[in-house]
Amino acid sequence: MRLRTPNVLLPKSWVACVAVLLLAGVLPVSAAKIGDMAETDWRTQAVRFLTLSDPAVRYALAGTALLGVACGLLGGFLVVRRMALVGDALSHAVLPGVALGFLWNMSKDPVAIFVGATIAGLLGTGTVFLITRTTRLKEDSALGMVLAGFFGAGLCLMSMFQRLPSGGKAGIDKFLFGQAAALGPGDVRLMAVVTLLVVMVLGVAYKEFLLVSFDPGFAQVSALPTRWLQHLLMLLLAFSVVIALQAVGVVLVSAMLITPAATAYLLTDRMHRLLLIGALLGLVSGVSGAFFSFLGTNLPTGPFMVLSASGLFVLAFFLSPSRGLVPRWWRSRGQRVRIARENTLKAVYQILEDEAFRRDSISLRELAEKRRVTLEAAGGEARSLRRAEFATLDDETVCLTPSGWQRAAAIVRNHRLWELYLTHAAQVAPDHVHDDAEKIEHVLGEDAVRQLERRLQFADTDPHGKPIPGVHAVHGPSPAARPGKPTGYGGNR
Amino acid sequence: MSDANRKTEAAGEPPGGMAPLEVHDLTVAYQKKPVLWGVDLVAPAGKLIGILGPNGAGKSTLIKACMGLIPPAAGWVKVFGKPISETLSRVGYVPQRESVDWDFPVSVMDVVLMGRYGKVGLFRRPSRADRDVARACLERVKMLPFADRQISNLSGGQQQRVFLARALAQESDLYFMDEPFAGVDAATESAIIELLHDLRGKGKTIFVVHHDLPTARNYFDWLLLLNMRVVAFGPTEEVFTYELLQKAYGGRLTILSEVAEAVRAKGHLG
Repeated sequence: MRLRTPNVLLPKSWVACVAVLLLAGVLPVSAAKIGDMAETDWRTQAVRFLTLSDPAVRYALAGTALLGVACGLLGGFLVVRRMALVGDALSHAVLPGVALGFLWNMSKDPVAIFVGATIAGLLGTGTVFLITRTTRLKEDSALGMVLAGFFGAGLCLMSMFQRLPSGGKAGIDKFLFGQAAALGPGDVRLMAVVTLLVVMVLGVAYKEFLLVSFDPGFAQVSALPTRWLQHLLMLLLAFSVVIALQAVGVVLVSAMLITPAATAYLLTDRMHRLLLIGALLGLVSGVSGAFFSFLGTNLPTGPFMVLSASGLFVLAFFLSPSRGLVPRWWRSRGQRVRIARENTLKAVYQILEDEAFRRDSISLRELAEKRRVTLEAAGGEARSLRRAEFATLDDETVCLTPSGWQRAAAIVRNHRLWELYLTHAAQVAPDHVHDDAEKIEHVLGEDAVRQLERRLQFADTDPHGKPIPGVHAVHGPSPAARPGKPTGYGGNR
Repeated sequence: MSDANRKTEAAGEPPGGMAPLEVHDLTVAYQKKPVLWGVDLVAPAGKLIGILGPNGAGKSTLIKACMGLIPPAAGWVKVFGKPISETLSRVGYVPQRESVDWDFPVSVMDVVLMGRYGKVGLFRRPSRADRDVARACLERVKMLPFADRQISNLSGGQQQRVFLARALAQESDLYFMDEPFAGVDAATESAIIELLHDLRGKGKTIFVVHHDLPTARNYFDWLLLLNMRVVAFGPTEEVFTYELLQKAYGGRLTILSEVAEAVRAKGHLG
């Protein structure tokens, strides 16, 4: 597993989702639902969402798409720099700023809340930096304290405002778990500006951010303004967290930073692709989160967004073409089947060899004895050979086809060549080489075999005195089908 | 100090009339604990200079402070006669291999191209010419067939070659290399030393932090023995003596026996 920090985080986001879903049922969430339709079934809601007829739906859709892109892009840098927890601390630290921004003119003014939240977020990360610089505490403790401290302060402020006459109605509580349906044109405009800014800055300074993230010391020697770039990245992060707040909620916004980017890390090993895939996954999670939360009544958006993002992660974890669990299992299964067939073929070859190739078929009982398995298992092995057209199976009699014969001879050759190579070239004792050859025989390629043959000067017997099947055996018909008994290389000349 | 100056004159005036590196009274402290103390140096041009000293002697700190990566508590550094901030374009750097995350999602080519970033300039994209330079540098360290690999799929020696290719792509006049020989295979070690000799042949000055005493004598023209202060700085044959090495490494027995062996070997070779 190449992913470290985010991996630790993901289970946490799941727990948070479940907790929030439970809470959502208990807390008195005041309805700021689109169109004030309290009793609508999910089909009507789905149609309303998909036809985009309602302007509130359009705002919710645009807003969640924008925040998904911004968070997905910047999250890529957090993930590769192992700073995932910084995103977590930053997102929790903004809460007091949200409350104070709200206090500014006692309304949900997007700009005032944006400014307040950004300042609080940067103050939080600044505090973490200050603690790690001036005390012996390490970053994890500092992050944990600042995260909880700022979040606690924010909760206190918010519960105080709830008692004020205009508090609850204005929907400040939406900032905790997020409600995309509450997004207005002003919010979406701000989100568009920030997302555009993020895309533009990353487009212009991608190379600089890449180097600063990979090797800051080298970046400084390359005369890059590393300090400014770091500050700029933190500022953009704070902006993205703040615009995502209202739709995702303070509690889960860090998951929108980390999960899409972490998923992208499973799918690619190039930074620019990681950023693009992260942005796309962020967009998909955002939009689908908005959609699902829209289907029911009073469902918070954030948890559904994070569930979508986590679902995409699970998909990638199992299905990623290069590193996914399922494709890897499928590949290794194919290999196991092949190796099992080759072992059966080898057994058939050895039985025939013991009788100097006087006949060309064996009984299932002989195979079972040679392989030391039950008769049924031997039957299964024979049927597996038949499926690959390596053998025919009539009336408990196994007879190799030409291709089966060639494959069997090749495996036996590989085995014996390798044993010979180990005893000759690597000075391994003859009674030590068999087990190693049992494994290597299945993976030796034609090139390696040619090299071994040359190194061993086309020797024709293995260390145990058995003949090594030569070119004719590997590429020609079975010996029973032709006159003479050519076996080793000597017999071929 | 005067001794070092004399050596500079002996080595001949560097091109441009300025020493590649001049360090005066450099002191570096981590949280009020001095790591380097009153370091004076004037480096000759076109030399391969090994920096030797026990663990914690401040070898990495010295080169980092010379490049301005660590602010000094006192003293100054001049590179080609100017403060480092004005001459960064003439400085190349090979950091310690462990200093970066090799799981980072970049290809070998991406890393070598980073060597061009200083020349390319802020917010511009590397040109085709920059890519050609990067490719030539990869070829020089025999890593061109790996250009499209992700860097985590490389061996230690291959990773070190990639870092060297990146430094070559910087096309600098003064190089600082932090333990380039650490944890590399024998083939890479000889490839690196050949490369360093090649660079020296082109008049470049190269500082190499090194930890292996026996090979140091063969590899470097000059040696800097460091143990918080400069113990000795001069041509290898003058500095690689039992007395000076003992002074640098203190009473550490294992290292002393290593030194004794190395000096004996030197005696045998004449």
